[in-house]
Amino acid sequence: MHEWSMAEAVIAAVIDEAEREGLDKVTEIMVRVGGLQQMENEVFEFALNELKGAYGGSILEDARIILEREDAVLRCRFCGNEWKFSGIRLCEDEYEAIHFCPEVSHAYIRCPSCKSPDFDLLTGRGVSIAWIKGVKGEEDGSESEHP
Amino acid sequence: MDPRVSILDRRLCEVRRIIAVTGGKGGVGKSLITAALGLNLSRLGFRVALLDLDLTSPSLHIILGADDIFPEEEKGIIPPEVAGVKLMSIIYFTARNPSPLRGPDISNATLELLANTIWGEVDFLMVDMPPGVGDVMMDIIRWMRGSEFLIVSNPSKLVLETVIKVIKLLTELDLPILGVIENMKRGERSSWEKLSGFGIPFLGELPYFEDLEDAIGDPEMLLSSGFGRRLGEIAAGLI
Repeated sequence: MHEWSMAEAVIAAVIDEAEREGLDKVTEIMVRVGGLQQMENEVFEFALNELKGAYGGSILEDARIILEREDAVLRCRFCGNEWKFSGIRLCEDEYEAIHFCPEVSHAYIRCPSCKSPDFDLLTGRGVSIAWIKGVKGEEDGSESEHP
Repeated sequence: MDPRVSILDRRLCEVRRIIAVTGGKGGVGKSLITAALGLNLSRLGFRVALLDLDLTSPSLHIILGADDIFPEEEKGIIPPEVAGVKLMSIIYFTARNPSPLRGPDISNATLELLANTIWGEVDFLMVDMPPGVGDVMMDIIRWMRGSEFLIVSNPSKLVLETVIKVIKLLTELDLPILGVIENMKRGERSSWEKLSGFGIPFLGELPYFEDLEDAIGDPEMLLSSGFGRRLGEIAAGLI
């Protein structure tokens, strides 16, 4: 499951960030999931929750994970047309290939207006961490946000 | 924050050595040398994986005759094995379609492959790079820490200048250069005369093999060819 390896990456990145920021506890993790990568939310969320316990230890045990979907919007570099990935139709193998590596969308998607394969992905490529919240020091208990 | 960078060390933690095959210009033989070195190391008993990072023009699958294979998914992407070596390539996902990628797309695709490929225990990860000092070179330096660079040159003046740029960049960054292989040697002309002053090892020269084209797509024929046997000698020197 590709979802599992991406979840591993998210947990590793959160631990890195928590260490950098000196957080004792991470309380919330906001993960943005771009539409182009077509992650299965349930599988991804399950993997994140499993892995936070396995790798995160006490620092992540109470962390709430929030997933936010982001539409994939593409813009043609040739004619400037913008369109949504959700509005186009591909075959199953093509969707699967893009799931594995979103950049291969350039092999299967053409601008609906001018047929150019030269487009930018404006939003919604893949998985990113929008922010994490955590606390420093047990007496303090105040939450801070780390983009 | 892009989480993928944080997992790279874990993905590569069971890889003993990374050898990135670079050089001047396209067509100097980087891919054939990558494949033949990998096959030879595998026949010597080492666990070998090949990674094709020439993302817009991958060719290792052609050299290995790897048709109709696809990675398995098991908590990541498991590269399939061909002729005794693991092969990871974007070709599994682009099929035979042109995939025009610009700089940021190249870096994103490279990072995606590195973050999600489960290599397992590997003695040699051989990386086939596109020519020159572009995005992939910088990404390998940034994300595949500990890579050793093997440079492919040939006697053409057109190749020499780019090879020198590659050597200068790697030297400036204090990165390990395994040495130079001079490919397609014909006559007396040699690029090594101009490269020997850089203080890097000369790994050997390969003549122009007229029959090499016949071995493309057939790993056993490649190994038993004059080209393959000569690279077997060079591979033994890399151990």
